[in-house]
Amino acid sequence: MKPGGIDLDNLKRHDAPPSGVERREFLKIGLVITGVFAGGTLFSVASNIGRAFASPEDVYKHYPYKPHYSMVIRQDRCIDCERCRQACRITNHVPEYGYRTRIMEKDVPGAIGQKREFIPVLCNQCNNPPCVRACPTKASYKDETNGIILIDYKKCIGCKTCVLACPYNARYFDDERHAVDKCNFCFDTRLSKGEKLTACAAICPAHARVFGDLSDPGSEVYQLVHQIEKPVWVLRPEVGTKPNVFYMKG
Amino acid sequence: MANDVQFSDIVKSVASSFDSTFASNWWSNVLEHLSGRKLFYVMLGISGLVVFAAAAVGLDAMNIGYREAYGVTREIPWGVLIGAYVFFVVTSTGLCIVSSIGHVFGVEEFMPIAKRSVFLAIVTIMAGFTVIFFDIENPFRMALYNVISPNLTSNIWWMGTLYGAYMFFMIVEYILLLAGSHRFAMYAGLLGLLSGVSAHSNLGGIFGMLHARPYWYGPFMPIYFIASAMMSGCAAIIFFTYLGYKINNEKMDKPMERALEAVGKLATLLIAILMFFYTWKIITGLVGDPSEVAAFRAELAGPYSVNFWGFEVALGMVIPFILFLYSRFRNIGMMFAASVMMITGIFMMRYDLVVVGQIVPSYYELGVNEYSRLLVYHPTFHEIMVVIGGVGLVALSFLLGERVFKGHKSEIH
Repeated sequence: MKPGGIDLDNLKRHDAPPSGVERREFLKIGLVITGVFAGGTLFSVASNIGRAFASPEDVYKHYPYKPHYSMVIRQDRCIDCERCRQACRITNHVPEYGYRTRIMEKDVPGAIGQKREFIPVLCNQCNNPPCVRACPTKASYKDETNGIILIDYKKCIGCKTCVLACPYNARYFDDERHAVDKCNFCFDTRLSKGEKLTACAAICPAHARVFGDLSDPGSEVYQLVHQIEKPVWVLRPEVGTKPNVFYMKG
Repeated sequence: MANDVQFSDIVKSVASSFDSTFASNWWSNVLEHLSGRKLFYVMLGISGLVVFAAAAVGLDAMNIGYREAYGVTREIPWGVLIGAYVFFVVTSTGLCIVSSIGHVFGVEEFMPIAKRSVFLAIVTIMAGFTVIFFDIENPFRMALYNVISPNLTSNIWWMGTLYGAYMFFMIVEYILLLAGSHRFAMYAGLLGLLSGVSAHSNLGGIFGMLHARPYWYGPFMPIYFIASAMMSGCAAIIFFTYLGYKINNEKMDKPMERALEAVGKLATLLIAILMFFYTWKIITGLVGDPSEVAAFRAELAGPYSVNFWGFEVALGMVIPFILFLYSRFRNIGMMFAASVMMITGIFMMRYDLVVVGQIVPSYYELGVNEYSRLLVYHPTFHEIMVVIGGVGLVALSFLLGERVFKGHKSEIH
């Protein structure tokens, strides 16, 4: 048992269905580390990484991937300029009818002051990816090193089960590639060529998208996720996908 | 019943215009029947034309791209073609399961339906494969990468592989039945049954294991698929046996009448089981996750309520249930009418099962403007034609089969 009672090694066992214990442990992490939203309802704001781990080194050692690529979306900073979407389109040759990332709007009529917020979404590069389990030919797979969900286009039969398996609507069928496509954190177009940021994170004028290595205590994503002052959450936590895209405000 | 009388009159007139003596060689039978009397030839010709036209439309869809040709979207990637695929393979599995009661497990009453059922199980699975061929974007890659890059956690992989095995065993079984080798046919039938049930429960598992889709998720789907396959199988057996006898202009003998009586009883029981299952699915669904509640609301009182109450419940289950009881399982014409209704209702069940599972957007509960409403899907001309092509393929093969295999007469002991 790891300090804080959390066995982070289990996070890597994405191909095994979560057992009751594992799931409970994960939920515990979710509740302790991050404040968790479900369907927009905040039910825990106790962000408590400090209590969960004896030291940052424990976290560092037990993150399943190195680098463990992750994105923190600072939701209140997004101004819906859509430059991220454009940059993504150009960088990754995304056709007009599709998208790898988009910004959704949410109106809150009863709110005081600002009444609309913007929610950028993209592939969550889950540690427990339903798409990878569903794919009959291993065309979708999780990279052993960095945890990004990649697609081997030539193996895709186009059954679209992964499109339905994804709780984040991250996937679409790309006619040009003759395969399902989705965000891969610009792995082929930028990260593998030495760039440090995804196209969307690099172009965002409001620094709403913070990209980095979650296993590196020096990285900004690490620092945002592992603080306790502000709540951090993930989308659709009830599905148990263990996403690597986090959301926060402030 | 009105439909029944009219339709049976047509079929009768077709059948009566036909010579009922055949040569023993099946190939000379083919030639003989292709040069046969007019009305049968017309029916065969129409089925052939439908298949041909549908193939042309399907290839056209392939050419212009499914994204353009079909009504499916990023949010609703599975449309009527998946519904039709499920419909055909459910029917096939059902034919296999119900007929196996006789020729695999030795229940005498079910023996006479064996040959025709096995033949039609092969025909309907092929129709299913044909329809899904026009849905999957890269079917040829599937043949290769299913073998060299299998993902054993994927239900699609298991379903594809097991259905392949199923089709193989059923063909072997049919050949052995034709050859009169009933003992070996039984073993092939048993293997076909095991692979068919596994394949079919995996088809349910495809839906049941999508844990991001609460309407589908859970152990209900694989169980429901097997139960409803048996219901479909019963309907298909009554439907095709009745028509087969009409086409051949023959009167049913006692064993066949008793077989249909047994199948009718089984159908009635399965309708009751299905109604019970589905009632509980609805009751639990209505207190579930908000997405699931929204899907069930759409089904019960929303845009899919006509499909559900009119087709699925009334036509698919309640009216046939009453008709079966009223027929006392002896009035074959009434049972045939019930089977026609069931098949129609069951097609809608498959369609709704597929589509309603997708109409609630992934981000519905997040409350964003883009996904605050249920999604909409309408089948396009191309999609509908491919489905009609699948039906035409079954009709064509059925007609040919009746003549070539002489009404599937079998003496299994």
